[in-house]
Amino acid sequence: MCNGTRKENDHASYAAVCIHPGERSCDTGAAPVNDAAQREKPQLHIKPRKGLQLVDFHELGHYADLLYFLVARNIKVKYKQTVLGGLWALIQPLLMMAVFTLFFGRLAKIPSDGIPYPIFSYSAMIAWVYFAQAINQSGNSIIGEGNLISKVYFPRLFIPVTPVLSGLIDFSLAFVVLLLMMAFFGIYPAPTALLLPLLVLLMVMAACGAGFLLAALNAKFRDIQHIIPFLTQVWMFASPIVYPTSMVPEKFRLVYALNPLVGVIEGFRASLLRTGPFPTVMVLMSLCVSLAMFVVGLVYFKQVEHRFADVI
Amino acid sequence: MPKPIVEVASLSKLYRIGTRERINRTLRETITDLLASPLKNLRNMRRVTRVEEDPYGLDVIWALRNVSFEVQPGEVVGIIGRNGAGKSTLLKILSHITDPSSGEARLYGRVASLLEIGTGFHQELTGRENIFLNGAILGMRKAEIASKFDQIVDFSGIEKFIDTPVKRYSSGMYVRLAFAVAAHLESEILVVDEVLAVGDASFQKKCLGKMQDISSQEGRTILFVSHNMPAVRKFCSRGILLEAGEVLLDGEVNSVANHYLESGQATKGSRSWERGDRPGNASLQVVSAGLRDLSGSPAFLITISQDLQVDLTFEVATDGAIPQFSLMLLDAEGNNVFSSLNNKENNEYGKPLPRGLYKTTCLIPGNLLNAGRFFISFACFSGGWTDGFRVENVLSFDAIDDGVLKGDYPGTYGGYIRPSLRWTTVGLTTGPE
Repeated sequence: MCNGTRKENDHASYAAVCIHPGERSCDTGAAPVNDAAQREKPQLHIKPRKGLQLVDFHELGHYADLLYFLVARNIKVKYKQTVLGGLWALIQPLLMMAVFTLFFGRLAKIPSDGIPYPIFSYSAMIAWVYFAQAINQSGNSIIGEGNLISKVYFPRLFIPVTPVLSGLIDFSLAFVVLLLMMAFFGIYPAPTALLLPLLVLLMVMAACGAGFLLAALNAKFRDIQHIIPFLTQVWMFASPIVYPTSMVPEKFRLVYALNPLVGVIEGFRASLLRTGPFPTVMVLMSLCVSLAMFVVGLVYFKQVEHRFADVI
Repeated sequence: MPKPIVEVASLSKLYRIGTRERINRTLRETITDLLASPLKNLRNMRRVTRVEEDPYGLDVIWALRNVSFEVQPGEVVGIIGRNGAGKSTLLKILSHITDPSSGEARLYGRVASLLEIGTGFHQELTGRENIFLNGAILGMRKAEIASKFDQIVDFSGIEKFIDTPVKRYSSGMYVRLAFAVAAHLESEILVVDEVLAVGDASFQKKCLGKMQDISSQEGRTILFVSHNMPAVRKFCSRGILLEAGEVLLDGEVNSVANHYLESGQATKGSRSWERGDRPGNASLQVVSAGLRDLSGSPAFLITISQDLQVDLTFEVATDGAIPQFSLMLLDAEGNNVFSSLNNKENNEYGKPLPRGLYKTTCLIPGNLLNAGRFFISFACFSGGWTDGFRVENVLSFDAIDDGVLKGDYPGTYGGYIRPSLRWTTVGLTTGPE
């Protein structure tokens, strides 16, 4: 750990251990806390937390490697001992696409903005499957990692963030299949496709916000774990997955766009599948709502996180 | 006087234990209660975490009350007390896992706390992957773990299986690896729960040895929580005795430990009697009794997966006595878990013995008892299962579940015993019948 690259002001607790940067032998002992100046301020000051809790970015930075290992664990473990492995990331959206194409595209004859129904629904499905899995896993994460929480301290925020981040791998795989389907149907993306990273960011932020809120509430009120499946179902039909936004009456569109996934999905379709002009207003609304969800979720989570160990 | 490295000032922790449930007598009452309960539940659940609203209510428990002490750098402090005295709560507060209700603690150094080994180990990941994951959970950085990787693997002694998923490890290997990671944490302050010292006897020694190295050679401060007196005496210089959430005694370890033992709350792993006080009759007297692990040393910690030997030393006072013994194991409520007789012993049983000292040993195999506090009583007879006398509750011990048999099961076992039984599942038909 004495790699000498640590900055002077890096997490205070390290400074005392690594008093001679670059010296290999400091891990074998003799790590006295001899810096008088340092003794003034405790490295850990434990007292009841009251009032608004802020995010300790310093601490998050110190534990950054842990986030990496947690995400890596989730990815490695997810498809262990399955025959199809990573293919599962594709099977779910593809099967849903097939079912929706049959029932909503063929039988109900729901319009699809002039593009083939399979790719129309699949383009929304990859965002939806990501989002639904992220909030489901994130919302149950604090309970699921109860043992970790009651036995060791680390930034609790990492727990709901981990599934949100690890889900991006599945999303990427499914996205590659979307590109293949576009090639198959001969559809070329519009220049606005350059805005895709922003859309993905909105999706991740909204998932984080919902995940924080659900996970924190779930720790205390286990009702949440029964609400999550119901919530995701309702949310799916409140998003333009099986139908286009153009089917929603004009006067309700702004209210409809309060669902952050509306801007994301319509943005996907407009930029990748050229279903119409880029839905700037909807994406901006999505941006505001996602940000709001993120901030509200984060603030609530920080407010109650110190009670997790007592209520789990 | 150097400045203390740990300062704990009037630390208190309140828990609200929820209000007592009303007992429903009829189905109708149960159903109406269920339907009417959401509001009541919500109110109760909010109360549980808002202790400050009514800290002197009837349903409030002070897990810690005005606990204050200071620890100097390099001190090894044993925190003792019976179950429920507040040890774990103190540990959790100092580990930053839970907040105190009032008071504060200042820690002038990096804190590593080991309330459990192998926290966050994942069954599907390999030993290598788990070292990094577990290290990161304990607060190490990737580079730090990488630089110590070889030492960790060396210490664990499982080089060959480092790339095997830990679910294929034997329980011993699992514990070794988990402790090896924890032992290489760098911190000025180490907060350790006794459950750490699990595994077989030789590995337990290695663990305690490593911890002693940490304190003596590396000058680190250790807070060691235990209700096991031999370990505390051996290991610590100072003891803090907690009772009902308050500091009862704080001082030199032997005097604190003695006080604890005399107060009758501690377990007794060995016992002996002076001549004249020995329980017995004219021809047979009990001299001493004790618990040992398989290596023969006094058992520090009794983990339920390990064999345990119970020794009974006795004196035959008149030639020709035929000593017969029955060992009774009782739980904390005094229920008899099992009894065992020495009459199937192959060499000495049934022979009239000449005068002298003898020792009889009963082996209680590992994977038999469930976790909990147990008491041992003996019934002793000097011939033909007559002329008997009993020595009640002569030994007591806390058996700890080291999690070996649990595997991926997160809960606790019910029942008095927890044998390791064999399960098999075979397919009878495949596909629809």
